[in-house]
Amino acid sequence: MATRSKPLPFLFRPLPRGNRLLKHLLLIGFGLVMLYPLLWMISSSLKPEELIFREPGLWPSSVTLDNYSEGWTALKHSFGYYLWNSAVITGLSVLANLVACSLAAYAFARLDFPLKKIWFAVMLGSIMLPHHVTVVPQYIVFAELDWINTIWPLIVPKFLATDAFFIFLMVQFIRTLPRELDEAAAIDGAGYWRVFLQVILPLCMPALATTGIFTFIWTWNDFFSQNLYLTNSDNLTVAVALRQFLDSSGESSWGPMFAMSIVSLGPIFGFFLAGQKYLIRGLATTGLK
Amino acid sequence: MSYVNVHKRREARAAYVFLAPWFIGLLLVTVGPILASLYLSFTDYSLLEEAQWVGLGNYREMFLEDTRFIASLRVTTIYVIVSVPLQLIFALILALALDRGLRGLSFYRSVYYLPSLLGGSVAIAILWRKIFGSDGLVNGVLALFGIEGPGWVSDPDTALGTLILLHVWTFGAPMVIFLAGLRQIPQSFYEAASVDGAGTLRQFRSITLPLLTPIIFFNLVLEVIKSFQSFTQSFIVSGGGGGPADSTLFYTLYLYLKGFKSYEMGYAAAMAWVLLLLIAGLTGVSFLTSKYWVFYGDTK
Repeated sequence: MATRSKPLPFLFRPLPRGNRLLKHLLLIGFGLVMLYPLLWMISSSLKPEELIFREPGLWPSSVTLDNYSEGWTALKHSFGYYLWNSAVITGLSVLANLVACSLAAYAFARLDFPLKKIWFAVMLGSIMLPHHVTVVPQYIVFAELDWINTIWPLIVPKFLATDAFFIFLMVQFIRTLPRELDEAAAIDGAGYWRVFLQVILPLCMPALATTGIFTFIWTWNDFFSQNLYLTNSDNLTVAVALRQFLDSSGESSWGPMFAMSIVSLGPIFGFFLAGQKYLIRGLATTGLK
Repeated sequence: MSYVNVHKRREARAAYVFLAPWFIGLLLVTVGPILASLYLSFTDYSLLEEAQWVGLGNYREMFLEDTRFIASLRVTTIYVIVSVPLQLIFALILALALDRGLRGLSFYRSVYYLPSLLGGSVAIAILWRKIFGSDGLVNGVLALFGIEGPGWVSDPDTALGTLILLHVWTFGAPMVIFLAGLRQIPQSFYEAASVDGAGTLRQFRSITLPLLTPIIFFNLVLEVIKSFQSFTQSFIVSGGGGGPADSTLFYTLYLYLKGFKSYEMGYAAAMAWVLLLLIAGLTGVSFLTSKYWVFYGDTK
């Protein structure tokens, strides 16, 4: 009760009221510095072009949506077109990772098979593997298949569970579920598929949510692969299209570029708000073996 | 055949079915291409013509003749060595400040974590290029104090610094992992220490830090591997070329330019293998040295 248990390092001990306030002020101030670039971009996107650099402050002295309407139509297609392209690729990637990684994770977490330890180590090792080591031959093969400027190079590998990080994440999660559940279902005559579909998967929802949200954000942000495989101006995704603002408009039209940058971050921000519980939990469990 | 054996076989067969996509992917998307790129690294290949065997030619060129390669290696090494420790120090300090007994923890955590999610995007890289441009936000703020700042991204002395700052800005992800680690340290340790008269700093040095070393190690390995592969930031901030004066020419950017702009794919493959060996070597060394500084006690 009265005994405050754990005196922690730095900044920590039960602070006198004044100090605690000071600490909050520091934390808020630091947070504001961190977010200032973002807030400034939002505010700049609402300012008339000529004011953007004259005002380092956040509050726009005059507000306009011109940058948004101008940016939306600045490229070959309307920005909605690129948003849709990104949405298709991202949506399919999420689906692919959910299916392929959960299948593999179930096998690693629950089933026994020859050389399991070695395969598991291989899977862990592949998480560390730099993407660039495989990209040259992959590109050559995809070019042979005539898949450049299609979505397949971006999607097909995901259906083959190549994002091993998520297998690991789900294995960790499935291992925490009591095995008695599987066994009870098995006694009732359920085979491996039924156990997987009706027992494991429904309990895995938190891990599936983490996988889905991370896949969404990483795919949406991915520039390297999309820039590599989507070069035709009709196929561009948001990430690649945004870059065109830098090419085409030179350094002048910042307003529309900022406006569309904000639009491109919108979905990420939305998923972050909706799913941060899963993101933080997922991050925490991977770090703690 | 005994029942147990039949059962085991059935289970193994089921496992292979569940793992089928992963096995196919491992073979076709991972192992196959790694071996193919090893072969390509000994050739000259441009997509259009047959591969020409050149032996160790690409590797020799890389280390003996190609000054841009050396530059990219230098830039990336500086980037990793400076930005990762800075990022982790920020992550640790903020995690300590947020740990336990603080109101609004989840709010602060969200605020600090958000940049980690956005940091890899093109939008933020564009923003960075604009903030640190010659008439950007930073210079706008400096002008308020009557200081005329340089064009941070167009000056070879400061361009890499802006990218390092961008990496440090994403300290939220390791911070979240640190927070989870701090939470696993049993309270009783601190109680015992404080009965013995250990002060805050002493407790940090003798309890928190040693017990956190596995997490520090995990974050370190993860961030080093990740930052060695950074691409988008340098591509966008430098406008695709790694300039000014190759001062932001990240390793992966140079690999990309070689492989997919000038179509020297054999050379790019050789660069990829050097990167693989570098990362594998670094990871190996960290694991070897870990037994001298990482504390895996029985704290369960």
